Amino acid sequence: MRWHPVLAIVLRQFYLLRGSPARLFPLVMWVAVDILLWGFITKYLATVATPGFNFVSTLLGAVLLWDFFGRVMLGITTAFFEDVWSRNFLNIFATPLSIAEYLAGLVLTSIITSSFALVMMIALATAVFGLSVFAYGAMLAPFLLVLFLTGIALGIFGAAVVLRLGPAAEWLIWPIPALVSPFVGVFYPLATLPAWMQAIAHALAPSYVFEGMRAIVMGGAFPASHLLWATGLAALYIVLATVFFVRVYRYAVRTGLLARYSAESAS
Amino acid sequence: MAPVLSVSALRKTFGDKVAVDGVSFEVGHNEIVGLLGPNGAGKTTTINMILGVLEPTAGRIQIEGRDVATQRAQALACTNFTAVYAPLPGNLTVYQNLRVFALIYDVKNSAARIQELLEQFDLVAFRNVKCGLLSSGEQARAALAKAMLNRPRLLLLDEPTASLDPSKAREIRATIRALARRDGVGVLWTSHNMVEVQEVCDRVLFLSRGAILLEGDPKTLPGEHGKGSLEDLFVSVAREPLTFEAG
Repeated sequence: MRWHPVLAIVLRQFYLLRGSPARLFPLVMWVAVDILLWGFITKYLATVATPGFNFVSTLLGAVLLWDFFGRVMLGITTAFFEDVWSRNFLNIFATPLSIAEYLAGLVLTSIITSSFALVMMIALATAVFGLSVFAYGAMLAPFLLVLFLTGIALGIFGAAVVLRLGPAAEWLIWPIPALVSPFVGVFYPLATLPAWMQAIAHALAPSYVFEGMRAIVMGGAFPASHLLWATGLAALYIVLATVFFVRVYRYAVRTGLLARYSAESAS
Repeated sequence: MAPVLSVSALRKTFGDKVAVDGVSFEVGHNEIVGLLGPNGAGKTTTINMILGVLEPTAGRIQIEGRDVATQRAQALACTNFTAVYAPLPGNLTVYQNLRVFALIYDVKNSAARIQELLEQFDLVAFRNVKCGLLSSGEQARAALAKAMLNRPRLLLLDEPTASLDPSKAREIRATIRALARRDGVGVLWTSHNMVEVQEVCDRVLFLSRGAILLEGDPKTLPGEHGKGSLEDLFVSVAREPLTFEAG
């Protein structure tokens, strides 16, 4: 893989972000709103609930991790949508750029934008609500890694769906984090879910992160085997999503979908 | 010397519809070849296959001896294009677009190259203007600057002067002719302006219903078929392709 085409994809996103404050808005404002909203809810709950339960680390921490996951996924899909919106596929793909380089550029863009959002969220949650990320100990890094890998996989999957079905399919992609959230127990233990939802939850890597986070905050242990399983699942998602994207791309090249991709080419 | 572009037995079908039917041709160094034909003749389909964004059903495309199917990156590294239906993203400035594509093509000393192209295509004043705010003629020049960034050996130009005023169109034609002569670039040029084609092209290929019906020198070809001008010949090919197929 050559790095200059990868950097070209990142540079394009940097220019877009720098030239348009509207694109910075979701990176800054939505995460700030989420942290403030859930921060005040945790403050309120702390005053009415049994003393001893750490709402800040449990609920606000969960919001922070979940928002990070969403930012990673949207970091990929939004960068991809920029090429959809500007009808840039012919310019981009009629070059030496390979699919691996294109995807690597989207992933690198997402790493940068989601890291920026994460730092913003941690700073705000710490400054205003006293959240300490140290409450999760050394597990914070693998938690973030699992969420990051899963977000990347879902982002690539979402991009493939839009490439296959057309620009209008972007409306199927935006709600994906919301659709996944009830199954992964962001705010409640998986035991709360009915059996069929638990079965799905066990196949979703983020479920293990939120179970582990709650276990650690409450002073319990989080089995390393669960962490390994979650990481393995997330890595598998990336492989599957990448294979799916490549297959869709080849289909688009074979059928002419890529060459005539336009504003409303949904099939 | 091997041709810049070699297309052999190229075929593309979409279900039952045959868009390109066994097309073979070459474009040599220093040569400007006009790809002509009515709407739906298969010109854009052919160009898309050369650019690697559409997979042929059968046939082979080689650019500088590199097979587009198996050596895509190497083949496209020495190719570039401009087309009226593929403008540069309107939300980036002219400079930003050129910078991004310079990275994709790994252009050495890209700052100097971009400046050179901005001057060559009279775009210095629009360097920091978003492409979406440019007039169609200015956008066409920006797209041409992009097409020259990597000093391509093969240049595909799909109606490159369609949005330009006569003065700018003449300058662009002169620039591209000089480029082909000086740097040995092979150019595949599509246009519906037959006067332009006659002026700029060394050879023309008439496509109709996915197949090449006629090929030759645009200055002598009309006379060879009893027509007064290239435009008359174009109209005849478009209206009565069977006459030429039989011939």
